[in-house]
Amino acid sequence: MQQVISVLLENKPGALLRVTGLLSARGYNIESLTVARTLDPEISRMTIVFDVEEKLRAQVVKQMNKLINVLQATDLTDTPSICREMVLVRVRTAQDARTAVIKEAEIFGARVVDSSIEGFALEATGETEKLEEFIEVMKSYGDIDVTRSGGVAMSLEAKKLRLQPPVPTKAAAEVTA
Amino acid sequence: MSNLMNGAKMLLECLGREGVDVFFGYPGGVTLPLYDAVYDHHIKHILVRHEENAAFAAEGYARATGKVGVCCATSGPGATNLVTGLVDAMMDSIPIVAITGQVTSKLIGSDAFQEADTFGITRSCTKHNYLVKDIADLPSIIHEAFYIAGSGRPGPVLVDIPKDVFQAQAHYTPVTSIHLPGYKVPSEGHAGQIRRAVQMMWEADRPYVYAGGGIIAANASDDLRQLVETLDAPAVTTLMGIGALPSNHPNYVSMPGMHGSYASNMGMYNCTLLIALGVRFDDRVTGRLAAFAPHAKVIHVDIDPAEIGKNRNADIPIVGDVKKVLEKMNTILKETAPAEAPKKAAARIEWNKQVRDWMNEHPYDVSRLPDVITPQHLMTEIDRLSAGEAIVTSDVGQHQMWAAQLIRFNHPRHWINSGGLGAMGFGVPSAIGAQFARPDKLVFAIAGDGGFQMSIPELSTIAAHQLPIKIIVMNNGVLGMIRQWQDLFYNNRLSACSLECFPDVEKLAGAYGFKGRTVSKPSELAQALEDAVREPGPFLLNVKVLATENVYPMVPAGGAINEMVLGPVEVPEEVTK
Repeated sequence: MQQVISVLLENKPGALLRVTGLLSARGYNIESLTVARTLDPEISRMTIVFDVEEKLRAQVVKQMNKLINVLQATDLTDTPSICREMVLVRVRTAQDARTAVIKEAEIFGARVVDSSIEGFALEATGETEKLEEFIEVMKSYGDIDVTRSGGVAMSLEAKKLRLQPPVPTKAAAEVTA
Repeated sequence: MSNLMNGAKMLLECLGREGVDVFFGYPGGVTLPLYDAVYDHHIKHILVRHEENAAFAAEGYARATGKVGVCCATSGPGATNLVTGLVDAMMDSIPIVAITGQVTSKLIGSDAFQEADTFGITRSCTKHNYLVKDIADLPSIIHEAFYIAGSGRPGPVLVDIPKDVFQAQAHYTPVTSIHLPGYKVPSEGHAGQIRRAVQMMWEADRPYVYAGGGIIAANASDDLRQLVETLDAPAVTTLMGIGALPSNHPNYVSMPGMHGSYASNMGMYNCTLLIALGVRFDDRVTGRLAAFAPHAKVIHVDIDPAEIGKNRNADIPIVGDVKKVLEKMNTILKETAPAEAPKKAAARIEWNKQVRDWMNEHPYDVSRLPDVITPQHLMTEIDRLSAGEAIVTSDVGQHQMWAAQLIRFNHPRHWINSGGLGAMGFGVPSAIGAQFARPDKLVFAIAGDGGFQMSIPELSTIAAHQLPIKIIVMNNGVLGMIRQWQDLFYNNRLSACSLECFPDVEKLAGAYGFKGRTVSKPSELAQALEDAVREPGPFLLNVKVLATENVYPMVPAGGAINEMVLGPVEVPEEVTK
């Protein structure tokens, strides 16, 4: 069973490494990691999928929340949430199987994004298990190449993001004095 | 209020506004613009003889005062030499800011001369770090660095500054506010939890206070004392917490853990309520976790939420500044004492008596021998001269444990040692920082003959500033703690632990222009120490001690805390020959 952590972090150099560094320092292997900007260009959202038991995971989330650049790290494993992934599959197939490949792709809700004499490039999104089935099916039609995006997750619960207010510096005390 | 200046001057301007009066460093190619600005600036720069010692000196300063210590090094080797000190400050939660030079921005990543990826290297050994890319960001970054280092759970922050940023010109306007939206500083603890904790304290038959470095970081010694007195509970302080409660306080037991006292550990094992304040249940304290305080409920107060439940589950976790939490606890304790205190009075009297009995049953060994100085003899003599008032910095090893056991302290911030990291070479340079911070104080730097030899370059710094530090080398001719473990766990196969060719300290100190002396007779020790203390300048006293002595009690690594080895195991005579 894979666990999912969602992290909101400041879009600053090194921020990504600080988060992943917490995992690598403990010897945890990351199954997948995605990161992209949110509506606010100064904030990124990261989805980390890994396999770490509950107590250690809680510790890791606490440590992530301590990072200065992390605004909020949330363990989505046992909360109402959705996690989806995208996969690109290039399948080389014989002429007589082309129609079958397209039919099969439709069943999985996949789209053809490129077509050539050798075969197709297909794009599918969904839950990880479903995509794995899709990949298995495509394998049966010929040689395939696969690129997966890794999971992107979203909590279904509204969780208020509590940001800290600015603080005055010691220089401020002098200026006002 | 704005005026044109370069980045180097701007940095010093910001340091000044943060209240920095002294910093420790070593210059290099890319920090030359900074050192040019240092030349006629009022902030004092202390040139150490190795960058690692700049970090340790900054720590000594921070540990002695509670203020943020500052160190500085150049790019590449300068920065990498700071790393041990940064990890040390991280482990012991000590607020320091490290300034490092970096190669010119456009050369970063080109394997330029003296280039190292300081930002990357120090990411995991700092609370936070910065690479300054634009002089416009410099003031806010410096103020952020000080705020992060000194607030919450303190720690080291590094600011890496490329040479061109030091040289760039910009108008300086004081930065009056900083914004770190993701940096939460816990403050007040949860009021309901605090109330429940107090109730639990009153209901316990055998409460036990376990206080650590967090008390010292929070300047909460007086609040701790009040709690201990109101509850009339026995209290231990960890290696990092020594001085949080005066050593002669009637409720004070000692240090717990691997080389803690018999009574401290028996108290831990037998208590029914553990009141853990600013501690992290370190493995050197707990021994085997499953056998640690097995009968106790736990109240755990810490400013770092990640420490709570990390090693031991807390029945009442309280995240907050331990000073503020203790203030609230004390208020409620005072209010409720008349009604609650009598309820468990009989059990408490019995418990306190039990702990006293344990203390009397197996006190620390302070044996003296007629022909050779024992390590314990040395420490008790230092204790006599200090009378609880001196600052004592320690290196790492056997002498550290004996010093922690036997030297008493009346105040916090007087016992300074490398606790979590156990970095040899810490004792002497941290004394430099402590002496600059507290010129009014007698400072002893205690080191073994191993750690001392890692610090010899700093004798030059001490001499240059005529710092009246009393360096006491506990010289047993070996790496004592290594020898002890090889003796106990490796069939006494003494591998790489003998330190032959120790220098003649009279000549060594003399070479730096101050006094040194070797003493090996027990009858001469007291006078030699008194002479060292009376000397107005620095003094290097080399004390030859019994080489075969082991530190006891000892909880072997991974052992249960109540199963201490109290002294040498009897061995047949032919083996000792």
